[in-house]
Order: sequence, then C-alpha cells, then structure tokens
Amino acid sequence: MDGLEVTASWYLILAAALFAIGVAGVVVRRNALVMFMSIELMLNSVNLTFVAVSKDLGLIEGQVASLFVMVVAAAEVTVGLAIIVAVFRKRSSANVDELAELKG
Amino acid sequence: MAEVIVFIIFAMVALIGGITILVAPDPVYSAIGLLAAMFSLAVMYVLLDAHLVAVIQVIIYAGAVMTLFLFVIMLIGVDTTDKYGIVAPAQRIMTTVVALGLFVAILLAGRSAWITGTNLFGTPDLNGTIENVADELFGTWTIVFLSTVLLLTIAALGTIALAYFGNEVEDEEATL
Amino acid sequence: MTDLLWLVIAIPLAMATINILIGRRLGEPLSGILATVAVGVSFVLAAIPAVDFIAGTGEPVTIRLFTWIPTMGVEAELLWDPLSMLLTLIVTGVGALIHLYSIGYMHGDERFPRFFSFLNLFIGSMLILVLAANYAIMFIGWELVGLCSYLLISFWFTKPTAAAAGKKAFIVNRIGDWGFLIALMLLFASFGTFDFGVIFATAPAVLSVGMATAITLMLFAAATGKSAQIPLYVWLPDAMEGPTPVSALIHAATMVAAGVFMMARSAVLFELAPATGVVVAIVGVATALLAAVIAMAQKDIKKVLAYSTISQLGYMVLAIGVGAYSAGIFHMTTHAFFKALLFLGAGSVIHAMAGEQDMPKMGGLRKLLPITFLTMAAAWLAISGIFPFSGFWSKDEILAATFNEGGVFYVLWLVGVVVALLTAFYMTRLMVMTFFGSGRWDEGVEPHESPASMTIPLIVLGLFTVGIGFINTPFRLGFEHFLDPAFQGVAHPEEMSAALIWTLAALTTVVTLGGIAWAWARYRRSELPAESGVWWRRALGGFFVDDFYGDVIVAPSRAAADLAVTTDEKALDGVAYGLGSGVKSLGTTLRPVQSGKVRSYAGVLAIAGIVLIVAMVIIGGGF
Repeated sequence: MDGLEVTASWYLILAAALFAIGVAGVVVRRNALVMFMSIELMLNSVNLTFVAVSKDLGLIEGQVASLFVMVVAAAEVTVGLAIIVAVFRKRSSANVDELAELKG
Repeated sequence: MAEVIVFIIFAMVALIGGITILVAPDPVYSAIGLLAAMFSLAVMYVLLDAHLVAVIQVIIYAGAVMTLFLFVIMLIGVDTTDKYGIVAPAQRIMTTVVALGLFVAILLAGRSAWITGTNLFGTPDLNGTIENVADELFGTWTIVFLSTVLLLTIAALGTIALAYFGNEVEDEEATL
Repeated sequence: MTDLLWLVIAIPLAMATINILIGRRLGEPLSGILATVAVGVSFVLAAIPAVDFIAGTGEPVTIRLFTWIPTMGVEAELLWDPLSMLLTLIVTGVGALIHLYSIGYMHGDERFPRFFSFLNLFIGSMLILVLAANYAIMFIGWELVGLCSYLLISFWFTKPTAAAAGKKAFIVNRIGDWGFLIALMLLFASFGTFDFGVIFATAPAVLSVGMATAITLMLFAAATGKSAQIPLYVWLPDAMEGPTPVSALIHAATMVAAGVFMMARSAVLFELAPATGVVVAIVGVATALLAAVIAMAQKDIKKVLAYSTISQLGYMVLAIGVGAYSAGIFHMTTHAFFKALLFLGAGSVIHAMAGEQDMPKMGGLRKLLPITFLTMAAAWLAISGIFPFSGFWSKDEILAATFNEGGVFYVLWLVGVVVALLTAFYMTRLMVMTFFGSGRWDEGVEPHESPASMTIPLIVLGLFTVGIGFINTPFRLGFEHFLDPAFQGVAHPEEMSAALIWTLAALTTVVTLGGIAWAWARYRRSELPAESGVWWRRALGGFFVDDFYGDVIVAPSRAAADLAVTTDEKALDGVAYGLGSGVKSLGTTLRPVQSGKVRSYAGVLAIAGIVLIVAMVIIGGGF
C-alpha cells in the first residue's frame, strides 16, 4: 500500500456515490422528511465536490461556493420543514403520495 | 498513509449513513444516518485543508439543521413512518437501476478530467483558513454574500408566514 | 369676441355628458331646463360675435384650437364666416326652442334626461359640422350627426318600428358617408390638405374638370344621404318613429341641413364642375316632385310633413345645382323656421289628440287649439309661398334662378312650379283635415291646448316664419351680400330684370293659390273624399320604393350575409373547432403523465438527468 495517495478522484467518486444515493432516496421514500434528508445529502455531496476541486485546482473559490450552498440549504430546510409542518397540521400525514391534488 | 486510512474509514461511514437514510423504516434512524454522513464529510473537509468549511459543516449541519430535523420528527410524531416494505419490489429495482445509472453517468461525464487522473493535489499551500476564505468572501464576492442576507430574510419571513397563516385557515375551518 | 367660440360647441357637449352621467339625479324638469339653457347660452355666445357680420363689418376668422393630425397637417380649426354664423344661429336658436318644447312634450318619459343628453349631443355635433374649417373636422361632425339621428330616432327602442327606423336612418346615411370618404380621399390626393382656405383658393388652378366632377359627385352622394334626396331619401319618412321634437330637430335645424350646407360650403368646387350642377339640379327637382306627390296621399300628419321636408330639400338642392347658393341657404333658413314650427305644431296636435297621428280621425281642432292653429297657419302660408310669408321670398328666388339658367332648366323650372302647386295642395289638405270641419275623433279623446313650454316656442317660431323672408327680397339683396365673404370666388347669378322677377312671382303665386283652392274645395266638405283610386294607394305607399329596395338591395345583401354566415360556421369555425378538439384530445392523452405524485416526478427528473449527461458526453465527443 506504499505510495498510495488520496487523489481528487477518490473524493469525487465518493461524492458521486452519495449523490446517487440521495437521488434514490428522493425517488423511493414516501416520507417527506426523509425525502428532505436525501436532498440534504445530495447538496452535501456537491459541497464535497466543490471543496475537492478547490483543493485540486488550488483555487479558494470552491470553498466559498460551498459556503453559499450551505446558506441556500439552510434557507431551504427552514422553509421546507415549515411547509411539511403546515401540511401535516392539515392532513395529519407526511406522506407525499397522499398529496396528489394536482393530478391531471 | 494515515490519510488513506482516515479517508477509507470515513468514506465507509458516509456511505453507510447514506444507505441508512435510504432504507431505514423509522425517520429517526434516517436522521442519524444523515448525521453520520455529515460528520464524515466534515472530516473530509479537514483532509482537504478546508478548515473553515469543516467547522461550519459541523455547526450548521450537524448542529442546527439536524436539530431542526429531529425537532420536526418529534413534532409530527415518530410513528408516522412510511412502510418501506410497502413500496413495490419493481419500484425498488427501478430505483436501484436509476441510481446506479446516474452514478455511472456522472463518472462517465467526468472521466476525462479525473477518473483516470493521477495528478496529486497541485498546490499544497492552499489553506482554507478563516482569513483566506474571508478575504475571498468579503473581497471578490461581497455582493453575492450580501444577497444571501436577502435570501435568508425571505426564508425567515416565509417560514413565519407559513406558521402563522396556516393556523388562521385552520381556525376558520374549525368555526365552519 | 371669437375667442370664446369653442364654448359654443363645448357647452352643449359638456351638458350632454353631464346629463348622461348624473341626469337621473337631476330629475325631470331640471335636466331638461339645464339642457335648454346650455343651448341658449351657446346661442348668445354665437350671437355676440355675429353682430359684426350683421353690421357688415365682419371679416371671416379662422380660430385654431389645437393640432389634430400633424402628419396630415390637419388642424382642429373653426371657421367663423357669415355662412357658419348663420347656421350656428339657426341650430342653436331653433334648437333651443325645440329643447324648450321638449320639456313639455317629453313630460313623464322614463328616460327624460337621456333624451336631453342626446339632443344636446345632436346640437353639439351639428355645430362641429357647421363651424369646421376643414373637411376632416366637418366629417367628424357629419358622422356624429348620423350617430345622434340613430340614437334619437330609435329613442323609443322598445317599439320594433322605431328601432328599425333608427337602423335604417343610420345605414342609409352610411351609404352617403361612403361618398364623403371618397371625396375626402380625392381632395387629399389633389391638394394634400383638407383646409377649406387652401382648397378653395387653389382649386381652379389645381383641379381638372374631370377631378372636380368626381369630387363634387361624391360630395353630392354624401348629401343625398344626409339631405334625403333620391335615391337615399327613404330614411326620412321612417324617422317619424322618433319623438316629434326629434323630427323637428332633424328636419329643421340639423340633420337635413347638413347636406345642403356642405354643398354650399363647397360652392367653389361645384362651380368648377358644371356637369355635376346639372345632375344635382335634376335630382333635386325630381326629389321635390316625387316627395310632393307622395305627400298628397299621406294620412299620417307627420308623414305629410316628412315628405314635405324632402320636397323642400329638393328645392334647396336645385338651388345648389343652378349655382344659386345664397338662394339655397336662404330657403334652408326660412324652411328651418317654418318646418320646425309645423312639426312642433303637429306635435302639439298629436299631444292634444292623445297620440293620434291619423288625419282622418282629426278635424275641427281650430277652436280648441287656437295658438297651435294660428301659428301653424302662418307656417302653412309660408311653405305654400304666399306673399309676404317667408317661403314666398325664398322659393321664388330659387325658381327665378332656375328660370334664369335657360335651356334645359326651363323644364326644371316648370316642374318646380308644379311642385309649388302640389305643395299648396297637400299643405291645405293637412290644414283642412286637421283644423276645419267637424271632429272625427275616436271616443274618449278630449283635445286641449298644450302647456306654455310648448306654445311659447310655437309663437316665437311663428313670428320668425312671418318675418324672416324680408332679410332677402329682390329689392334689397341684403342676404346675398351678407353671405359674400363665405362665397369668395363664386360668381353671383346674373341679375334679372325686376319685371321678369315679378312676372315669375305672380305666376307661381297664382299657381299656388290654385292649389290651395283645389284642396279647399275638395276637403272642405262634410265628408272626406275616399281617396281609394289606384294612384292614391300607390302614392300612399310611397310608390313602394322601400319594397323595391328591399327586393333589389336588402334581399341580395341578406343572401350574401347568410352565405357568409354558413361559410363562417361550417368552414372557418370547423377549422377552429377541429384545432380545439385536437388539442383537447392530445391533452386527454397526456393527462395521466401529470400524476400528482412527487416521487414519480423526481424519478423522471433523475432519468432525464442521466439522459442529458450521456447526451452531453456523446455530443462532446467523450467516447
């Protein structure tokens, strides 16, 4: 194992895997909360990409971008959870399959 | 060498956390899985010399966001779980295929740049200290930074509105 | 003094707006009184600067209000000369009296304020027409007058006949307006402007005879619509469906005067086109004859007057045709007074007979309606042309001018004299059947004299009817010289010897007296003659011109319209409906895609993401 170094590729493959898991979570889970967690996971995986590439290219902008992503994620979580709570108060359920009023 | 071991351990933790989110029948377990994944990523950031991002990752995600998630889970009741088993097997298979397909597609798209890349990190002196990040953040990206203030304000207002007006409508319906 | 001239137009228009907005709140007498006062104020405002012209010291003035269409050089300008002054005074003066009369006549009508709003709008429109300083502004007034006639004739629109009459007036006038529009285009093409001053000053140099003839013929076509000449006169008798004051207004002061006025205003152009003059004269005299014959057989008192108006308009048009513009305007002036008087008198009679318009059911009203009788008698003698009433002076001047032209005009003159005979006959017939003999009223009718608001206008108009003729007698051509500033560049008709004038006048008077005597002898019996001969019936039906138009013009138009409707419904709508149902079925097919399930959307999004990435890699030459 000597000479084995952690390259940027490792981080990026990990990020891709986490992203794919996140997508699967959004598609397969019915609980709105868990769907949200999956989305957070996807955002985090993108952050990892940013930071890794930042290191790779020697540019600090990648880290700045990841900070902005966090800000957006925080805002999204507050609003999203507020929506879930509001819906739950009306419907007593967090199951997105039951929220199909817009069915064509 | 130590770096490789740390990476492998925390990469495993992150992946297991992610899969926990995906399969745990109870949202609380999903939340714990997310927590694990986030901590692992914070470690990754440290490995990448992004100290400030790592700290913020722990404070914002592991601290604030996770607390919020857990709080909401408690608020709307832990027993409102969705039964993972109810999802049809066909759906599970299709989802797996899609997720794998996406993973492969991303790797394909990036392969020329980094799948085969053997380049080590080029500039070891890049250091994500508070000073370096702040320089960039408040120097080049001031306007963008300030606009996030607007975004957060709107988000806060939206949350308040959702909480407040939601109640009102409920009351009206109750009186009807 | 002319600075305030725009107010003459603005005040009636403003009052019309006020009445239409808050008339209901103003209530019944008040809205009418305000409308009357508005027209009265206009009259006074016009009368003050008119003094200069009457004193003979006035100069024509152009008052510029604002620039209307800069690219075409059209200015919103008013022209203040003796001709427009005269018309303004007639319109506002007679109009004010008709307003006053209407307060009594329309008493109790549900839409009383609305009626006065329309009347004011009518006056305002007519003033725009007469005060215009270019053809574009004149056209605005022209169209507005048409609109007002529609609104007023069909004022009682719940009556199907009234609604139909309004539509007929409007549509027939549109046919004339078509002529006006073409004339406008030709004028603009020739002169590059609509301005009266420029056009009349440069017309002899710019216009060829052919172009002048084309323009004047189109203008004449427009005039046949508004001034009710053959072949477009048919709307005027039907216009009787409107309230009687409206008939008076249309026949005397406003609508029908528009065509004659417009032709007189364009006198310079008509001078350049002698061929048009012949056409105009022939049409005028033919109209006069036809209408007079029809009037002889009518039983409805208002119909008689309607056809008599057409007949008198024929005289005016004849005057224009022979180049005696002053005489035409003069006859229009006198006619405005005695015809307004006749209509208002007829309205008074109808009012007294509780809405009865059929003359065979009247009779013997002389003693019961003394004021109405006396004033109408003045108008009767005036329209018949008995010395010294106003009609004598004006009608004889036209006939003399026609005679003076010589040649083919001798025939026209002869027809004109025959028309004078017929006029005397049908007017006497009307008077005798209405006021003399014994009452043939329906049971329950108790005739009574009208209220003061109706009789005062009658008296005022009666005085004018007697006196107005003296403004222009053969011994003192005051009127003609008075109008001179308006007819610059137009030659006066040749002077005639006094002996010839007197001979002609005496001749017509004899003929007229003959007509009166004939009718008197025929109708002053205890029993009315039957009038059931074939010609009586034909004349009563207006020689079935309406039916003829119905078969020849309206029916084919209807067929064409039906064809268009069928085409529209079957072919065009078919395409549109086909498109609609196609889109609809497409929507139905695609509807299940919108499942409302968030997770399926997410799944599709993910798959689309994969496809996109792969596509980008392939296009980017990644493989």
